[in-house]
Amino acid sequence: MKEIVVISGKGGTGKTTITAALAYHLQDKCIVADCDVDAADMHLIFSNKAVDKRKFYSGKEAVINRELCKNCGLCQQKCRFDAIISLSNYKKVDPLSCEGCGLCSHICPYNAIRMVDRFVGDFFISDIRTNTKMVHAKLLPGGENSGKLVAEVKKESRIQAEKYQKNYIIVDGSPGIGCPVISSLSGADLALLVTEPTMSALHDLKRVVELLQKFLIPAGCIINKSDLNKNISQEIKEFLEENQIILLTEFTYSKNFIHAVKSGQAINEYDPFYTQEAIADVWNKIEVLVNK
Amino acid sequence: MYKIAVASGKGGTGKTTVSTNLSHYLAQEQAILLADMDVEEPDSHIFVQGQLWQEKKVYKEVPTLIKDKCVGCGRCKEVCAFNAITMLGKRVLFFNELCHSCYACLELCPHQAIEMKPQMLGQLTQINDKNLTFLEARLDIGQEQAVPLIKQSFDFIKENIPAEIGIIDSPPGSSCPVVETVKNCDFVFLVTEPSPFGLNDLKIAVDTVKLLKKDFAIIINKDDGEENIIRDYCSKEDLEILAAIPEKQSIAELYSRGSLIYEEDVDFLGEIQKIASKVNSLMRRKR
Repeated sequence: MKEIVVISGKGGTGKTTITAALAYHLQDKCIVADCDVDAADMHLIFSNKAVDKRKFYSGKEAVINRELCKNCGLCQQKCRFDAIISLSNYKKVDPLSCEGCGLCSHICPYNAIRMVDRFVGDFFISDIRTNTKMVHAKLLPGGENSGKLVAEVKKESRIQAEKYQKNYIIVDGSPGIGCPVISSLSGADLALLVTEPTMSALHDLKRVVELLQKFLIPAGCIINKSDLNKNISQEIKEFLEENQIILLTEFTYSKNFIHAVKSGQAINEYDPFYTQEAIADVWNKIEVLVNK
Repeated sequence: MYKIAVASGKGGTGKTTVSTNLSHYLAQEQAILLADMDVEEPDSHIFVQGQLWQEKKVYKEVPTLIKDKCVGCGRCKEVCAFNAITMLGKRVLFFNELCHSCYACLELCPHQAIEMKPQMLGQLTQINDKNLTFLEARLDIGQEQAVPLIKQSFDFIKENIPAEIGIIDSPPGSSCPVVETVKNCDFVFLVTEPSPFGLNDLKIAVDTVKLLKKDFAIIINKDDGEENIIRDYCSKEDLEILAAIPEKQSIAELYSRGSLIYEEDVDFLGEIQKIASKVNSLMRRKR
């Protein structure tokens, strides 16, 4: 089983569009995993029917029992996250600041604080219209532990791949280089980088490539809107070559990308004339790369 | 300082475009802070010139063992809620990337065998350009935690930067880095784009901002003039649309090479002026 994780550094370069196109190309030969749990969008393309939905709990948060609290203030003094709020004659926990370390519950002289499981978001396994399964999640607004939720999505997508004997897992990642991205990259066989010729995207691409090199994950790259700025496009290609990253294809700017999203279709479904062959070709190259 | 977060659920909707142009525009007449808190991928610097004023390394505190005091009891592993401590027999091992600097291991060690030492997390860079003070917070590659860096950046702003207005370029998403950023601000501009992805993620962003009890207004970017699901949503939810930046290849091209857009595009300038007058009226209300 091989995992291909689509990331970009910068947001909005077309991760979800490319992931959806690959998933559409592969149809029932892959499991789809949406690891952008902060802003999960893949379900808008693959109308889904949840076959399994569960609540995901991760980490803890502190709760103070008003009856037992003597308002001594030790918890407030020791909390590193300023999560304890003073009210008239007792203390309260601000759940948005509490990181769930549990120090307060250990040190409270009156045993007034207990740690409860923290509900982080909803977790789904869905049937999608390409006759396969998609594993996705929805982080609660302001949710903590998105990295752990990502790890859970990946774990479940491996179980599904095993169960239905799929050779590939196609993963939509999140922007950035922090905990959710690092979590989505764990166990990846290939990172598929999606970028565009802007100074920002190139800057962010360099950071994400440095991250990949730290984890020794091989990568391929797609340049979207490649005609937006030809000089920067050229600069991206040179950067890729220096870092031995294969340029898989480039797409020029086309309104059809947005129209495809608006009609709830993958780009190679909406505009096969321009993209079907290119996506098929990208996949053939990926297949060679991950089975090397 | 009155701080306005420029945020969005979805990445790439134009947070940096709005933040950089707005702050340069406002800085023509008053002292402005532009702070880039998208610490994982900070891009605002591309649109800022000026003089390097100061740099500061940012650290987080992580535990280290005082070897001759440790008896290998394993209490630290037991109390660590983040699985950042493990025991190999009687030996203690720390995984600093997972550490939240909560001090539970230090506070609860029965033998006072733990002390904290700083570990590099990232860097702050301050650049001054006449009225504009620019602060960038940049996470080191391989570090997972944006939150402590963002926290310390706001402390730095409080202590070092006197401007009355701060424009804060925020991280994408809806999880802890955004919460930490928006929590520290007084008002939020949510930048979105008229696509189903944009709308879906805008709803998540609106929920997040409401949870934090902040006032906000919407800015539509890449407005294509076609039937517009964002407008429908905003009128249904009674949300204020502050400005609508048109979808134009020329604007995208100016952005791609790191130029300020309002200096070259009249339509864009008009929208930035609308946003700027909102900022000024928020300021008047505050005074």
